[in-house]
Amino acid sequence: MSDLVVNDVSMVFDTPSGEQVHALENVSFSLKQGELLSILGPSGCGKSTLLNIIAGFLAPTDGTVELASTEIHGPGSDRGMVFQQGALFEWLSVAENIGFGLTMKGTPKDEIKKTVDHLLETVGLHDFGEKAIYELSGGMQQRVALARCLANDPDVILMDEPLGALDALTREKMQGLVLKLWKETGKTIILITHSVEEALFLGERLFVMAPRPGRIKKEYSLPFAEAGVTKDPRDVKADPDFGAKREEILNMIWEMEEEIMGQAEE
Amino acid sequence: MSFIQTLKQSVGLSTDGLTKRKTVTFGDTTAVGNGRFWSIISVITLSMAWYLGSALELVNPIFWPAPSAVWDQFINISQDGYRNFTLWEHVWASLYRILVGFALGCLIGIPLGFAMGLSEIIRGWFDPIVEFFRPIPPLAFIPLVIIWSGIGERSKILLLFFAALWIMVIAARAGVGSVKLSKIHAAYSLGATKRQILMHVILPNSLPEIFTGMRVAMGICWGTVVAAELVAAESGIGFMIMAASKFLATDIVILGVIVVGVIGYAIDILMRKLEDKLIPWKGKA
Ligand SMILES: Nc1ncnc2c1ncn2[C@@H]1O[C@H](COP(=O)(O)OP(=O)(O)O)[C@@H](O)[C@H]1O
Ligand SMILES: [Mg+2]
Repeated sequence: MSDLVVNDVSMVFDTPSGEQVHALENVSFSLKQGELLSILGPSGCGKSTLLNIIAGFLAPTDGTVELASTEIHGPGSDRGMVFQQGALFEWLSVAENIGFGLTMKGTPKDEIKKTVDHLLETVGLHDFGEKAIYELSGGMQQRVALARCLANDPDVILMDEPLGALDALTREKMQGLVLKLWKETGKTIILITHSVEEALFLGERLFVMAPRPGRIKKEYSLPFAEAGVTKDPRDVKADPDFGAKREEILNMIWEMEEEIMGQAEE
Repeated sequence: MSFIQTLKQSVGLSTDGLTKRKTVTFGDTTAVGNGRFWSIISVITLSMAWYLGSALELVNPIFWPAPSAVWDQFINISQDGYRNFTLWEHVWASLYRILVGFALGCLIGIPLGFAMGLSEIIRGWFDPIVEFFRPIPPLAFIPLVIIWSGIGERSKILLLFFAALWIMVIAARAGVGSVKLSKIHAAYSLGATKRQILMHVILPNSLPEIFTGMRVAMGICWGTVVAAELVAAESGIGFMIMAASKFLATDIVILGVIVVGVIGYAIDILMRKLEDKLIPWKGKA
């Protein structure tokens, strides 16, 4: 199985002014294949840094990351990325964007077409294959980004605030799509978000991170993602347990923000 | 739509419904139409002034010839030529120089700009050179170029190469710099190699900047070639103007100036059309 193991990872940035930023300190966790982890935390607590280390774009100052028992030393097509926005290739059509990874690998054209057509269907964009990227709305663009990532059949999908730029209604729809894809494909997913509600609704597991040094402050195991696959998202979010957790986490993050403000004033 | 409305719209005089209802229009640039109607009036007025001025013999034709004289020269030189070449041969001589010099400038400048954008060593090496030559007007090199390779084709092409080179280097470098890191990261995560990232991400991503550079370079080259031909040449539209001025053939001079203007304008229109066709995503990302 392609388990992901993050082992005692630390990341210290040396700033030009000579200061050291402890972006991550001794972060450890492991994800079984098919788990969906959401990560929350005030900005600057090292969420993106952690994701970039797992993606292989940054080498940690300490610790290791292993996927399927192999240590990660750089980016690879076994870990797909979905960014907030602007990471699609405007010079390519929707279909060409989705087929990009396969084209780079030299996959035969008819095979690419089959995969792309299937994925267009999956993300609800059939008939949009020949459209240009700039003709699509923000939500549709994120659908393309998801499909482009899936086309490569990665083991892990890493998402850094993928829905952060969308309006509230589109965002809810997309949350449903993420859950659907997760169930259908059985991929391991790590999703960073700023929205407590989104983290609770999508995460089978949820980490709340704290800054200075960046670390996992609290971990939850949640039933809502599983429930959201079959039940109406509204009902899931109206669950009293959901509301209680939301208040608890909001308070936690609120306190951290206060603390950061306090430190800044000193 | 009534005939009047159609007419108004075709000359750019119709105000759209939204603008009509706006209470504040000064400063709202979307409320400023293209004013095509006034452009037409402007051109007609200037033409009339030229025609009347000559017909009433207000100015000496040596200084400013009649439109008919310029038109006659246009027909004449188109058919019989001036100084061994017809008008079109002169135009083509100038255009040919530009195309070769410009193409060479792109051929060297774009890869160099790319290399400067991607490698610290190459950027460091070439930065002083580029920054030094960039602000020098290409015409300042005419004497040097003439010493090196005379007044033939080679010297002019060299000059135009120089004019286009720095613009293209800077455009390509800016193009590389404009690529978003998330695009590069996405491509790596999709399994692309360095070479594929260069060809399939960095290159297409920089096309808008490169194309803008090409348009600027084309404009500079056109101005430079005409000026260079004024100094030393045996053919070309600039040469035609210079030769005619020595004989006070002002009608030919004016004809030459008009041709220079029209062709410069046509080149720019052509480049814009090409841009719309080749880079439809520009400014829409
Ligand atoms: N390249 C870098 N150089 C120096 N400091 C950095 C760099 N990247 C991130 N940091 C710092 O590391 C901390 C964590 O950043 P980041 O992972 O982007 O946070 P988040 O995504 O949670 O908002 C921040 O304090 C940030 O300023
Ligand atoms: Mg971040």
